[in-house]
Amino acid sequence: MERNPMRRQLQTLRKSLFDQGYLDDQFVQLEELQDDANPNFVEEVVTLYYRDSGRIILNIEQALERKPFDFNKLDAYMHQFKGSSSSIGAKKVKAESTLFREYCRSRNGEGCMRTFQQLKKEYATLRRKLEAYFQLARQAGPVETACRPK
Amino acid sequence: MEAAAADILPSGSSQELHVLAVDDSYVDRKVIEKLLKISSCKVTAVESGARALQFLGLDGEKGSLGFDGLKVNLIMTDYSMPGMTGYELLKKIKRSSAFREIPVVIMSSENILTRIDSCLEEGAEEFLVKPVKLSDVRRLMKDCVMRGETEGNNAGRRVDKRKFEDDNHTSSLSSSSSSTPSPPSSPSTTAPFGGDVATSELVSSLPPHSSKRAKFHDGD
Repeated sequence: MERNPMRRQLQTLRKSLFDQGYLDDQFVQLEELQDDANPNFVEEVVTLYYRDSGRIILNIEQALERKPFDFNKLDAYMHQFKGSSSSIGAKKVKAESTLFREYCRSRNGEGCMRTFQQLKKEYATLRRKLEAYFQLARQAGPVETACRPK
Repeated sequence: MEAAAADILPSGSSQELHVLAVDDSYVDRKVIEKLLKISSCKVTAVESGARALQFLGLDGEKGSLGFDGLKVNLIMTDYSMPGMTGYELLKKIKRSSAFREIPVVIMSSENILTRIDSCLEEGAEEFLVKPVKLSDVRRLMKDCVMRGETEGNNAGRRVDKRKFEDDNHTSSLSSSSSSTPSPPSSPSTTAPFGGDVATSELVSSLPPHSSKRAKFHDGD
């Protein structure tokens, strides 16, 4: 049982991210790669994700302004975006990406646009939550876990 | 080569493979790099097939070992990349006399059977479904070490490779038909990792950031 109240709060926050479906096991995989040499590895990857995928979101936005839709291009962008999202364990974002790609394949422009709006919401929500999480993690200080640094 | 083969310990902790990772995604490069470093590998991560060929010296110059002189023991490449796909890169490598022995692993977010089959047919060692996990990488490393130990020298390499391609075609068909989302079972029972894995140019020092990773080796 975590004695440090801030750390308890952190664990609660972390658990809620998984329970509410924002994150999946891949996030845990990333956490397991974090060590003394790279204590902020997960945050670095997530930061890189938001920077990199932000570019793709912009590309998609621009592509959705050009009618008729180039569904192949949209699908290609979303494939990239989905890949990165999957790599950080962004579960809801990934689900919206999958849906978007399905609409691309069925050439459903309305579906694409609707899904893209939802995707952007999830993307922004996750970002806020993760920012809060990392900030709290920094405040709570280094953790004693089973993977104790030697 | 004789000395190096003897240096390979069963735990695998004193060997360092040099892995060339190819992926157009920044995020994925960062992750694969970390996965490999944690698994005690030296990593060179590049963003495209063209860069990979350049690094290997296959872009025109003949026979170079990469500009930092370190031999590449394993290539891990993403399948879907703009320009040259991982599949095209695989073919180029397997068709080069200098590098065809280097094992190539394909990574893909899409678990498409025909894709898996074509890659394996072209000589890929494994097809990993993304996102790649630490357990996938550790399994690859273990296979490298085991084969390095049992093989010892380069003599039977080419024959084994052909055998692998035949064996793997059949085994890939059977494992593919089980249609699980996980990658096809490792071809570890069939063929060796083609190349000079874990032999000559190994650096035997353990990387410094292994304090947490030690738990995997020591079973804490």
